[in-house]
Amino acid sequence: MSFDVPSDLYYLESHEWYDPDTGRVGISDFAQDELGDVVFVELPDEGDELAQDDQFGVVESIKAVSDLYSPVSGEVSDTNTDLEDAPELVNDEPFGDGWMLEVEGVDESDLDDLLTAEEYREQIE
Amino acid sequence: MSLRTPPLRDVHDAAGATFTDFGGWEMPVEFDSIREEHAAVREDAGIFDVSHMGQIQVSGPDAERLLQRLTTNDVSALDAGDAQYSSIVNADGHLIDDTVVYALPDRDGFLFVPNAGHDDEMMDRWTSHRDDWEMDATVENHTTEYGMVAVQGPNAPDLVADASAGDVLDLSMFETARTEVAGVSCLVSRSGYTGEDGFELVYDNEHAETVWDAFDCQPCGLGARDTLRMEAGLLLSGQDFDAESNPRTPYEAGIGWTVKLDTEFVGRDALERVKEEGVEEKFRGVVLRERGVPRHGYDVTDGDGTVIGGLTSGTMSPTLDEPIGLGYVSTDFEPGDRVGVVIRGDEKKAELRTPRFLD
Repeated sequence: MSFDVPSDLYYLESHEWYDPDTGRVGISDFAQDELGDVVFVELPDEGDELAQDDQFGVVESIKAVSDLYSPVSGEVSDTNTDLEDAPELVNDEPFGDGWMLEVEGVDESDLDDLLTAEEYREQIE
Repeated sequence: MSLRTPPLRDVHDAAGATFTDFGGWEMPVEFDSIREEHAAVREDAGIFDVSHMGQIQVSGPDAERLLQRLTTNDVSALDAGDAQYSSIVNADGHLIDDTVVYALPDRDGFLFVPNAGHDDEMMDRWTSHRDDWEMDATVENHTTEYGMVAVQGPNAPDLVADASAGDVLDLSMFETARTEVAGVSCLVSRSGYTGEDGFELVYDNEHAETVWDAFDCQPCGLGARDTLRMEAGLLLSGQDFDAESNPRTPYEAGIGWTVKLDTEFVGRDALERVKEEGVEEKFRGVVLRERGVPRHGYDVTDGDGTVIGGLTSGTMSPTLDEPIGLGYVSTDFEPGDRVGVVIRGDEKKAELRTPRFLD
């Protein structure tokens, strides 16, 4: 089975992605497949400050609970409230409408600690 | 310790299943998605490989007496071809396992089905008590030789009838017959663990693939089996009770009806006292009235911070699309009461229910 790993994103070993263009954070295609049917996502409030690798929330599938970790430091400028009524978006479009957070004020140097798409692909294969 | 594998492991693997360790067995947890598999069983039909369930046969002149003294239900009430749900308790009256006891339809003797990973323990229990009581009974563990599938759902009876030589639709709940299914001799029982109509089939494992292939319906894993049984309010041994980590009597667990105090069995006197004194906690359902998912280990409160019980199972119910949980709650509270469930430090609003969530 092969999973989408968009090349313009950065990744944590714990399967969260960060898009430096939009500031958005979510979980990978591999992660959503491992979880199975996502039924609940608990996200921080807008304005919360996150440090890199901080737990920022929880994603629950029918069978499991998983913690979510922030790939970058910064302030939460937006959260995806569509996930409240449609958590399955995380399964359907993990890199699109299933995004979770938008973070602003991110220091570029945070990216040095993240996996590139190539490195992440190696980890999951 | 290496995992025990069902004979159909490679067949499931080829069908795209993911696997999990359950009771020491490497079993399929998901074929397509839990949601799809769950819906198939509620609306149509699904098939489960439940070969991890134990299979212990008891025969000989004292077979009935031995089972009578090691299970709480009345084995003497079974005619050939009858089956009954029952409890297996220790001398304190605490559940060690729950099981189904079959009076075999075509020969003398009984088969009982302990839960995954309990078969060795039950073999020890049955043979040691047989020897202590000097009974004449043969106890054989057929868990490795026998396979078992469950075909469940509103369309399951027709599927099983079409594949069977005998008329299985004549069987009522917990009745069994021996008949050929796709040419394979099977013990066919009208029973299951989903809250739906359906059958469970036991056969020699050399024919496992023939039986599995005889049913053209959704293959289902243990994930859907778990969500289906939770909606039906059915106990999972080791999860909703455990003799070591969460000792519960059948009365607390809501299966006091399996206890026949007018029979003689290990744990009877302890259970008689419990029945007289009443229980402080009882197995209940909860439905969350806020976002979140109830899970094993979460506290149940009175809605105002005081803990009144704890959950042993929980999920997002695929059928009801509501967060549901099962667990033990103080008998000071009744189904219908407003309660709370503590999720990661937050007390969420919930309603206490009876364990069965389905209409």
